[in-house]
Amino acid sequence: MAMATFLGIDYPTLWFLVVGGVLSGYAILDGFDLGAGAWHLFLKKEQSRRIALNAIGPVWDGNEVWLVIGGGALFAGFPIMYATLFSAMYIPFMLFLAFLILRAVSIEFRSKEPMLWWRQMWDVLYSVSSGLLAFLLGVVLGNVLQGMPLDQDYEFVGNWLMFLNPYALLTGATSLALFMMHGAIYLIMKTEGRLYVKMTILLKRAIIAFVVLFSLVSLYTLIYIPHLSDDFKAHPALFIVPVLAFLAIANIPRLASKRKYKFAFFFSSLTVSLLFMLVAIELYPVLLLSTLDPANSITVHNSASSEKSLGIMLLFAAIGTPLVLSYTFFVYKTFWGKVMLDETSY
Amino acid sequence: MDVEILSRIQFAFTVAFHYIYPPLSIGLGLLMVIMEGTYLRTKDPIYHTMARFWTKIFALTFGIGVATGIVMEFEFGTNWATYSRYVGDIFGSALAAEGIFAFALESGFLGILLFGWNRVSPLVHFISTVGVFLGSMFSAVWIVIANSWQQTPAGYHIVGEGVEARAEITDFWAMVFNPSSVDRLTHVWIGAFLAGAFLVLSVHAYYLLRDRHVEISRRAFKIALGVAIVASLSQLLTGHSSAEGVAENQPAKLAALEGHYEADGAADMYILGWVDQEKEEVTGIKVPGGLSFLLHQDFEAPVTGLDAFAPEDRPSQVNAVFQFYHLMVAIGMFLIVLSLYAGFLWWRGRLFQQRWLLWTFVFAVILPQLANQFGWFAAEMGRQPWVVYGLLRTSDALSKAVTANQVLFSLIMFTIIYSILFALFIYLLTKKIKHGPDDAELIDKRPRQKEMIDILKTQ
Repeated sequence: MAMATFLGIDYPTLWFLVVGGVLSGYAILDGFDLGAGAWHLFLKKEQSRRIALNAIGPVWDGNEVWLVIGGGALFAGFPIMYATLFSAMYIPFMLFLAFLILRAVSIEFRSKEPMLWWRQMWDVLYSVSSGLLAFLLGVVLGNVLQGMPLDQDYEFVGNWLMFLNPYALLTGATSLALFMMHGAIYLIMKTEGRLYVKMTILLKRAIIAFVVLFSLVSLYTLIYIPHLSDDFKAHPALFIVPVLAFLAIANIPRLASKRKYKFAFFFSSLTVSLLFMLVAIELYPVLLLSTLDPANSITVHNSASSEKSLGIMLLFAAIGTPLVLSYTFFVYKTFWGKVMLDETSY
Repeated sequence: MDVEILSRIQFAFTVAFHYIYPPLSIGLGLLMVIMEGTYLRTKDPIYHTMARFWTKIFALTFGIGVATGIVMEFEFGTNWATYSRYVGDIFGSALAAEGIFAFALESGFLGILLFGWNRVSPLVHFISTVGVFLGSMFSAVWIVIANSWQQTPAGYHIVGEGVEARAEITDFWAMVFNPSSVDRLTHVWIGAFLAGAFLVLSVHAYYLLRDRHVEISRRAFKIALGVAIVASLSQLLTGHSSAEGVAENQPAKLAALEGHYEADGAADMYILGWVDQEKEEVTGIKVPGGLSFLLHQDFEAPVTGLDAFAPEDRPSQVNAVFQFYHLMVAIGMFLIVLSLYAGFLWWRGRLFQQRWLLWTFVFAVILPQLANQFGWFAAEMGRQPWVVYGLLRTSDALSKAVTANQVLFSLIMFTIIYSILFALFIYLLTKKIKHGPDDAELIDKRPRQKEMIDILKTQ
């Protein structure tokens, strides 16, 4: 049976691009507010903490919506992948949910009472959960890149603690560093004075940490997970993506030293999406490799919803995306500029 | 305990907790649209204050609704992997539609609704309020369609066999307009309007009793009472229509709702009662042949009873289904009487004179919440032992990779976290209510960024 295509690309592959696009949108958006949260305890003054919190105040909720859409898009388009991944990584996903809720609770609770112990307690919870969320996202990604033991029904047959392996811990640390760099640039863009100066210093450390960790991950991947570079060997033109990623990363300290933080933010966002493209190329067409038998691997094609279902979903996406983008833009434009604390602030 | 019972407890607990909030968001959304619309029309600042006050409470319910909603989305995959694979193709389009058309709409405009009072014109703000309200209504559309498909599957065919079997969509519109979706959607919407209206009634009744914010409370009370009267009466119609649908499409559930066992006899309707599942009989106050009459306008007409089904195809908790259903109906009737009586006093110009009535409204806030919960309990427990009616059993729908200990861990975790979350909700709600709608003291006291920076520099 001939597969339906659009612009020469089959529907499952198109939806793979949609899911990838939404997830990288999520990483760019929630990435900066998780990163900003991870910095929270580095800020010592109450006023700085309030400004930092209010810099993400109007947008963090909306940013999490991208996670809801990304999860829904995975469920909708690749139900087998969604089911296997989420049940295989039960504990990390449950912890992720716990930190997500605790973080939201801390943001809401902290400003309601003036006592020092009260604010410090919620500050710690907010910052630690922000950091751990960024870390867990990287851990999940590391496990997906590496593959896991799957039987012929695509069921996970490994140990529940397997998700804590060296590679996943390294990708976790890398995503934390990436988001902290991204969040630091965001805070610099949104603040002035003391906090601004402090964040410019912290940004430099974040860049160094990210570059070191990212180099380690790249080396580890090349040496121990060679199958991920197969697609690059088959299609050398794809090397453009890691080269662009390298250039985007190199551009961030250059722009930061020139104090062009809006451009730096653009390039750190670009870095996130290029890294997602890198991951997409490394994986495709496999979504989750079975380490028991490659025949048991979950691929874009064997886990996809029916062509009819994907066709309807793609139509919705084509109608809905311009709408979503236009009002997301409208909202960000309304709150453009430096933070002002007012009676609606945290 | 095994994985099945633990996963069911966890899902029931997390979804019941979640369902405190979305109905409040939808209901308050409607009230906010009316309040802000009235402000735009009359330019009376009292409605502006009213809308702002309820927006703050809306923000709270919305925020907790989102946080607990993400949990639901994840749990399909983590705890119900087999179910997710089975229904993924059907729910795919419904979920995609919700994400794109509903959720992004409400969350996008939420920022302006909450933080944009000083930044956009009143008309743009009103449009944002309408956007958030419509977004929350759309969310309900897709979620209820997905759940209704589980109750009355349509527009699909089954591909594969055994563990490989999956439902695939064949007709999108038949899936969307499956036999129960319209009845259930209107029932859910109106249940949400009641939840919102009774929260507004409760808070403003409390202010009136305490002699605070009297003028604003009188007007807000009347707006909410109007909504409550219309909604409680319409709920009777949608409820009746739903019951007829259940009779036609899910006979085993209908039989459980009234504890009707006889395979092919006339069915009674109970005002209240108790089902003895061993003896297969109900003791209580009944209208003989009442259910037959309600469905077929004939006291003698036969209605399919539980005995027509093999024991393994019947809901296992008939008495629970019966009780939840009857409690929901009883609450619905009480809400009609309460709103109509208050409406009558309003018409006679004596609405705010009876303190006991205001006190009743203060506590009545819990009733639509309970009715919403009980209605869902009856609907979901009545569908058992199926997760997709007639197609997939709940016991076959679990994640095979997950052990009982893992679920026990997450269940304890959710119990702790949701206790904190509920404490937060009650604390913030009380604080906002105590603070009240007056925000005059806040105006023009906003610290400016420039001044703040100056202070920081001089420190």
